[in-house]
Amino acid sequence: MSKTETGSHAPGALSPTSKRPAGTLYRGNEGMWSWVLHRITGIAIFFFLLVHILDTALIRVSPEAYNAVMSSYKNPIMGLGETALVGAIAFHAFNGLRIILVDFWTKGPKYQKVMFYVVIGLWVVTMLGFAPRHLINVFSEVGN
Amino acid sequence: MSSTTDTLGLASPRSPRSTPTGGVNWEKWGWIYMRASGVILVVLIFGHLFVNLMLGDGIKGIDFAFVGGKYAAPFWQIWDTAMLWLALIHGANGMRTLVNDYATHVVTQRVLKGALLFSVITLLTLGTLVIYTFDPCPAGAPANLLASFCPVV
Ligand code: HEM
Ligand code: HEM
Repeated sequence: MSKTETGSHAPGALSPTSKRPAGTLYRGNEGMWSWVLHRITGIAIFFFLLVHILDTALIRVSPEAYNAVMSSYKNPIMGLGETALVGAIAFHAFNGLRIILVDFWTKGPKYQKVMFYVVIGLWVVTMLGFAPRHLINVFSEVGN
Repeated sequence: MSSTTDTLGLASPRSPRSTPTGGVNWEKWGWIYMRASGVILVVLIFGHLFVNLMLGDGIKGIDFAFVGGKYAAPFWQIWDTAMLWLALIHGANGMRTLVNDYATHVVTQRVLKGALLFSVITLLTLGTLVIYTFDPCPAGAPANLLASFCPVV
């Protein structure tokens, strides 16, 4: 990253001549943002899963109890939430594969930035396929 | 001052590796587990979401009878069991990393990790039991709420 070199330097700077901390694999730029997003999505999915195992357990209680809770998943507000959840999973999954490639593929570290944009691209394609289908289901009256 | 650490307690570059010799390197296996489970989870979770949200009426089609139909096939029972165990342990081990990173006190760390362990054991037991003890045709339930293969009484 050949940014303008000036005398003063930010705390944590690796080079006293650079204003910004030098970009490493995981600090600054794409490397860091992918990590931040990976962390946040991982936490969100974890807490969803805790609740999800409990709501599925209602099939052992009664058909009425399970259907009552599932019907709350079908309203438009929850539908938006599910779209966000799938968005989080899709990012975490694609970026997880990117992390694995960085770790195991010899050229991984070299292409980590390119792969970040591939992750974003795959995410956009996935969401273009998923979101319209799901939102039409949720906002239409079918099956209500 | 000991010869291997400085005043900050940081190991100096020349000091020998501090991994206890002979023991299992759990952190390494955790690291490998995160990657191995991740690869399998991509298939399991994407498959789960595709079948439940994209096919048929999507989320509007999910009810007791839908689950009854799925769990009538051992295929989906095994699928969900694998997904349950892999995802929950992967997620909890990831959360353990976060506790290590952000909880500064030993006591806080212990409490949080204890809570994680407790929830994982409880939910793995519950989720597994649910998959294998589920009765798709409970006696006395209204037939219109059940899968079509249930005997009409
Ligand atoms: C869809 C497939 C998935 C893949 C490919 C994947 C991949 C990964 C990878 C490679 C890591 C990094 C581990 C490390 O740095 O040592 C990770 C971390 C994590 N994952 Fe996943 N994962 C997946 C699904 C999930 C699920 C379902 C959950 C929640 C239940 C989850 C929660 C987490 C958490 C909380 C972390 C820790 C984040 C951090 O340390 O910053 N992941 N995942
Ligand atoms: C909005 C999105 C989702 C919907 C509508 C949904 C729906 C369902 C349904 C209907 C079942 C019952 C059995 C079956 O169909 O296989 C189920 C079970 C299950 N789902 Fe999901 N799911 C969603 C997202 C997820 C995600 C993201 C994960 C993983 C992190 C997940 C993990 C599981 C597991 C482990 C089970 C088995 C639970 C048990 O053992 O009792 N689901 N889900």
